[in-house]
Amino acid sequence: MNELTNTSALELLTFRVADQEYSLDIMSVREIRGWTRTTPMPHAPDYMRGVINLRGTVLPVMDLARRLNLGARETTDRNVIIVVKLGDTLTGLLVDAVSDIVAMTEDDLQPPPDLASDPQMSVVRALTVIDERLVRVLDLASVVPSLTEDAA
Amino acid sequence: MTVTVLAVDDSRTMRDMIRMSLVPAGFQVHLAEDGVHGVEVLRDIAPDAIITDINMPRMDGFGFIDAVRQQDTHRATPILVLTTESAPELKQRARSAGATGWIVKPFDPEKLVKALTLVTG
Amino acid sequence: MTDTNDPMAEIRASFFIECEELLEALQDGLQQLEDGADDPETINVVFRAVHSIKGGAGAFGLEPLVRFAHRYETVLDEVRAGRLHADAEAQKVFFQAADHLSDLVRTCRDGSDIDEAAGEALVDALNAFLGDEEEEEVTAEDFQPLRVSFDLDLPAVEESGSAPTFRVVFRPGQELFATGNEPQKLLRNLAALGATDITCDTSTLPRLQELAPETPYFTWTAIVDAEIDEAEIRAVFEFVEGLCDLEITRTDTSNAPDIDLPPLPDPQPEAVPEQSGAEDPPENAADPETPVPVAPAPAEPSRKQTPTAASSGAKSIVRVDLERIERLVNLVGELVINQAMLAQSLDQAGLSPHSDAMNGLEEFQRLTRDIQDSVMMIRAQPVKSLFQRMSRIVREASAAVRKDVRLIAEGEATEVDKTVIERLADPLTHMIRNAVDHGLEQTENRIATNKNPVGEIRLTAAHRSGRVFIEVADDGAGINRPRVLSIAKSKGLISQDAVLSDGEIDNLLFLPGFSTASEISDLSGRGVGMDVVKTSIQQLGGRITIQSEKGKGTKFSISLPLTLAVLDGMVINVAGETLVLPLNVVVETLSVGPDDVQMLRPGAYVVRVRGGFVPLYDLGVMLGYRSPRESQDGAIVLLISLEDGARAALVIDGIQDQRQVVIKGLDDSFYRAPGIAAATILGDGRIALILDPADIIAASGQTPMPDIAQMESLIANE
Repeated sequence: MNELTNTSALELLTFRVADQEYSLDIMSVREIRGWTRTTPMPHAPDYMRGVINLRGTVLPVMDLARRLNLGARETTDRNVIIVVKLGDTLTGLLVDAVSDIVAMTEDDLQPPPDLASDPQMSVVRALTVIDERLVRVLDLASVVPSLTEDAA
Repeated sequence: MTVTVLAVDDSRTMRDMIRMSLVPAGFQVHLAEDGVHGVEVLRDIAPDAIITDINMPRMDGFGFIDAVRQQDTHRATPILVLTTESAPELKQRARSAGATGWIVKPFDPEKLVKALTLVTG
Repeated sequence: MTDTNDPMAEIRASFFIECEELLEALQDGLQQLEDGADDPETINVVFRAVHSIKGGAGAFGLEPLVRFAHRYETVLDEVRAGRLHADAEAQKVFFQAADHLSDLVRTCRDGSDIDEAAGEALVDALNAFLGDEEEEEVTAEDFQPLRVSFDLDLPAVEESGSAPTFRVVFRPGQELFATGNEPQKLLRNLAALGATDITCDTSTLPRLQELAPETPYFTWTAIVDAEIDEAEIRAVFEFVEGLCDLEITRTDTSNAPDIDLPPLPDPQPEAVPEQSGAEDPPENAADPETPVPVAPAPAEPSRKQTPTAASSGAKSIVRVDLERIERLVNLVGELVINQAMLAQSLDQAGLSPHSDAMNGLEEFQRLTRDIQDSVMMIRAQPVKSLFQRMSRIVREASAAVRKDVRLIAEGEATEVDKTVIERLADPLTHMIRNAVDHGLEQTENRIATNKNPVGEIRLTAAHRSGRVFIEVADDGAGINRPRVLSIAKSKGLISQDAVLSDGEIDNLLFLPGFSTASEISDLSGRGVGMDVVKTSIQQLGGRITIQSEKGKGTKFSISLPLTLAVLDGMVINVAGETLVLPLNVVVETLSVGPDDVQMLRPGAYVVRVRGGFVPLYDLGVMLGYRSPRESQDGAIVLLISLEDGARAALVIDGIQDQRQVVIKGLDDSFYRAPGIAAATILGDGRIALILDPADIIAASGQTPMPDIAQMESLIANE
């Protein structure tokens, strides 16, 4: 991240996961859809909820609460899936609810405290304050693990 | 007045190159893949100029020029030979076969148009 | 010109596609030469392939490619001219040169690095076939991969401020006409350069009755007064150099003697100079010195003009974006599903089989099948190109380990989905290298055992029962099983006291981290093992098996689906989930009585099938969907057959249907589930996973599969 003044505009999609507020750069968000039952994948890690049919393609869905080690939660019809695109691949992120879209600049973001040991912070690229609430900006690339990286 | 050109080359890339060079410059381009095919195409058209490769299957460029020059209709049609060698020996051989001029590969659109202009006036 | 729609880039891409075809023709031709063909056309084909690559490469300024192709072509030309005999030694170099050429093509295409040392060694080898004198000539001037223009590099004479004036005297010779050149056109070009005054000396014209057609009688004189140099004037007459008398003298300010002769009939001088700005033709207008094509009058009155499209006689080949085909394949897949669903509902409606609707449905089904087959054929390609690459691998690998190896390829015409072919290249390469390196013995060992000193690798492809089978077989020593076993034990891959059958030992080769070579060899031991090969094959929905016989050789067999798009499946229920099993693995449904199932040890069951025993797996447990049941009584059991001929029984909860399903790839970039080959979308929009039974069994941890003979003996001992 540039240390100097960076006024480039960005929009964040904010959403709730296990009563905490998170956000993602809206540019990586493709769509938001209601919860549908997933087809479970055998022997998958617990945060991998399974796959759903997204207009003819198979979309893997990740439970963000479990991914962020925020504990297992009951999934209801009120949950939503945020479809994000990272590189060429689409992934669904299961969250509690979507809150808002907020416009800001890079200057409004603060680097996260250096808590390398905290697994919840390792996927947070910045913090920001919206309406006096702390919102964590997720680093999508580290949220969505890649097999190749794991192997390396 | 549109200038019509028949280009004979067994390489698809070359045919594509020729077409791409000439069509935007306003030429009407006909293509053939070897000498035999070129002679066939010439039954139906009277191009203002012919461009031909030398090394081709079935009938090579020299054979093709010979066949063209034997036809009254195309006896005076300018024929440019595509050659990768700038050796004078090859030009002489092309000329004695009845070629009007030559285009040394690699060519660019400008060069091709220039050569055609030389022979079509 | 934008990058996205650059015709040049498009042609460049198409050039590289053509290169692949030419390289294939080159390989074919060389192969025929090696097989003893000595007709002129074979060497012509070889020559032309290299020549065409050179020509295209020149057009795109790919200098290394041009340079090497030129050298190669020069030697081939010697063979073509009968001055050089293509003996075995020459053929070997030709093959290597073809390989290097193919490397260069890829290097130029992908911008990757090239082994320059190898290239230089080859150039030396090629040079050795040429006489010294010829070589000099070739390198010195014959071919310069520069974009040569017609303009000679003469210093421009423009500093003086005032334009130079040239007097050009042009007298055509007899031969000028024989080559299709015409004075009128030449003069028109001269006019385009800015010739202001063109006069014709007709004094030598004989009387009409003495006039011989096509004999030049005229001499033209032109005054060129423009911002150009002599070279540009000479360029106009380039093609008629030697066919005419041409005098160019610089007269500058002083006016040339004005001979009062009738002017040229139709020089159209006013239409010419500085016309470039008039209508802005693309590209070539950039250079103000370029004469723009001046809508010249054709030599003869224009006659019937055939439309360009009809006359561009190239083979009717259309290049299509693979994505479009994929979309079509997907749509056809949906059509197949739709048709199946329609058939189901018509069936449920209780219509008479002879009703119009049922007859129409039958026709619909037939058409759907035809469309499906045709669409699949679009992507099908013969495996030939792949096999040719393998023959190169054999050449290189055998040279590296100093073994004489002959590759026999069979079934090159077998067609397989393009995607499958592309993704087969890596695993096949590895298998071939393995066969050369580990499969075949050193030559002296072969001689010692009375074998042909030349090792043989047989690469075959064939279609069988809707699948493609590819085999890599060597006639080497066979798998050294005691050694494999001891390595597996020393690496802790199996327990020290494990007792394995021959087949099980062979399968140890597929375990991750296994390598039989005691030292990692340069060739196949780059840390990649057969486990990687196996994984690649499985990702294609295929399976790999191994057969080996001591002293006779080893055979790897790959079986692949013909297409990656549609599958005949059995839709089953397991632990509340809907799953699809490839129909071709299902042998039969078993009805299992209480006495038929026996427990070998806790969690390991066998089921009695017509006197024999088959291992029994509970699919729900194996997929982690539920915990083991107390008893398998009353379970629905499917008997399945695996590629290697082994059988297994799967416990499921129910069978829904048998039907075609459209295969949807699973994005396994962050998770790949063992035992799951792909997915499909059911009629209700839900996703069902497509199972790979062999992989499930392999992944269950009970690898290798219990051997049937072993189990039978266990049961007998009980």
